[in-house]
Amino acid sequence: MDASALGTFLQYLINGITLGAIYGLIAIGYTMVYGIIRMINFAHGEIYMIGAFVAVTTFSLLSALGIVAVPLALLLVLLVSIFFTAAYGWTVERVAYRPLRGAPKLAPLISAIGMSIFLQNYVMQTQGSRPKPLAPVMNGGISLWQGDGFTLSISYIQLFIIVLTFALMYGFTQLINRTALGRAQRACEQDRTMAGLLGINVDRTISLTFVMGAALAAVAGVLVTMYYGVIDFYIGFLAGMKAFTAAVLGGIGSLPGAMLGGLLIGLIEAFFTGYISGAYKDVASFSVLIAVLVFRPTGLLGRPDIEKV
Amino acid sequence: MSEPLLNVTGLTMRFGGLVAVDGVNLSADTGRITALIGPNGAGKTTIFNCLTGFYKPTSGELSLAHPTRGKVSLQTLPGYQVARHGVVRTFQNIRLFPRMTVLENLLVAQHVGLMQKSVLGIAGLLGLKGWRTAQKEAIERARFWINRLDLAAVANEEAGNLSYGMQRRVEIARAMNTDPLLLCLDEPAAGLNPRETAALGELLQGIRAEFGIGILLIEHDMTLVMGISDHIHVVEYGRKIAEGTPAQIRTDERVIKAYLGEPDEEELPPVVAADIADVAGEGDRV
Repeated sequence: MDASALGTFLQYLINGITLGAIYGLIAIGYTMVYGIIRMINFAHGEIYMIGAFVAVTTFSLLSALGIVAVPLALLLVLLVSIFFTAAYGWTVERVAYRPLRGAPKLAPLISAIGMSIFLQNYVMQTQGSRPKPLAPVMNGGISLWQGDGFTLSISYIQLFIIVLTFALMYGFTQLINRTALGRAQRACEQDRTMAGLLGINVDRTISLTFVMGAALAAVAGVLVTMYYGVIDFYIGFLAGMKAFTAAVLGGIGSLPGAMLGGLLIGLIEAFFTGYISGAYKDVASFSVLIAVLVFRPTGLLGRPDIEKV
Repeated sequence: MSEPLLNVTGLTMRFGGLVAVDGVNLSADTGRITALIGPNGAGKTTIFNCLTGFYKPTSGELSLAHPTRGKVSLQTLPGYQVARHGVVRTFQNIRLFPRMTVLENLLVAQHVGLMQKSVLGIAGLLGLKGWRTAQKEAIERARFWINRLDLAAVANEEAGNLSYGMQRRVEIARAMNTDPLLLCLDEPAAGLNPRETAALGELLQGIRAEFGIGILLIEHDMTLVMGISDHIHVVEYGRKIAEGTPAQIRTDERVIKAYLGEPDEEELPPVVAADIADVAGEGDRV
């Protein structure tokens, strides 16, 4: 392999990790909600989309107020977006899923699809259907390596996405594994009734799960807005599908699985786009999903449900 | 006489046309082991389910004399609040969190206090000092019960991988980690061998003596029931048919009838009748 081929490869790798980190953040929301109430929250992609819209609104609001210092603006945007998006996540659970807690499994699923369509239309009506641009927030990057007519670079925004996402994933894993709240969530996952009989407020634990999933999706929304510079009311659908795929690929219900699945989907897309064709990148990721599921129906890190007879 | 810890009056539970529990009165007190016995399907587990907020009783009063909160009507509380008021139960078919370690199972039981101290886990994430102390105390308390129930060797194993007898012990340890006033045990000896059953009896007596909590016990193993209970309530077809000390229950005619059925013929040979009374008294599994 000559130097420029290696450089190209590494460039795709960086792009893939950036994309994959974002998918992973969204995928955590799917996998956590599935883990605790065994339901696919199809409205989760829209929650992420709302996070992106709150980000654009807050960015323009801040620049109107004259707050342009990037670190401060960024911090405020993240906080505002997390707050509002989490509120949406909480509300969605409260109005669309909790009343159906005892209902057959199909009912909340349909409710989720309805919620997803509702949120898309709600944002389209209130924000307009035209794509919303955002002026670049972070410019420039670091040139890692230069060789015959080729530059390997990582932009600051890519660096920011990767660092923030991995920090969040680490923090989140600690939260689930080491805190009382995380233990309560795992307990509800394994036996909700028993958790309640030990004094755990199960409804509140489920609410908090939605809030945490939405908060991570909000961060993903902010990052994507900054990365691509343009969003519309429909971005939640495909990103949601990809993140859901990532969660299933990694093993739905498994937290490290969602992160790994997200990274893999991002890498597959980046490499497929680079080496073969951007037009068919979705075909590639979904084909990999099918192939993995044929051989490992529980996903890469999923645990099979062993039923004792 | 002062109010007992738990006072159940007129408890009735209907499922459609079926009356599973019909006007049952019973009580359980601090520092005593109270047993609830009766043939299969008599409504014992239904009573437990009403007690722990699993079912809303059709009618009746389940009154808990809480030392600090005064008189509490358990039937009005949401399920998770029952545990927070000090009533905790175990299940006939063990319900541990199978993919958590033994230690974690016991820590989940201390969730309420830990959550208050960690402000929804946020302080926990930041590693604040108050939380760390609370966490340390929680682990110490869990360790105490792990050692007490001889589970030290498996403390970090996933609960689902343990043997049946060990899982039973983890379940009791976990219940004790909620710091209960009343410990409700649904057939804790089911599936245990005689040696394990004897150890269980000693354990329960030890808990009664040392922690002074009330224990309410559903059990079919009559040797265990007769051996450790202070007071016994007998139910049949959803109604209470007798109560008293083990000695009284052993000789109660209605109880013997409930367990062995009425003789078909009046002229049962006296030898056989004596045998039946004997068996009921000795209390093999019925």
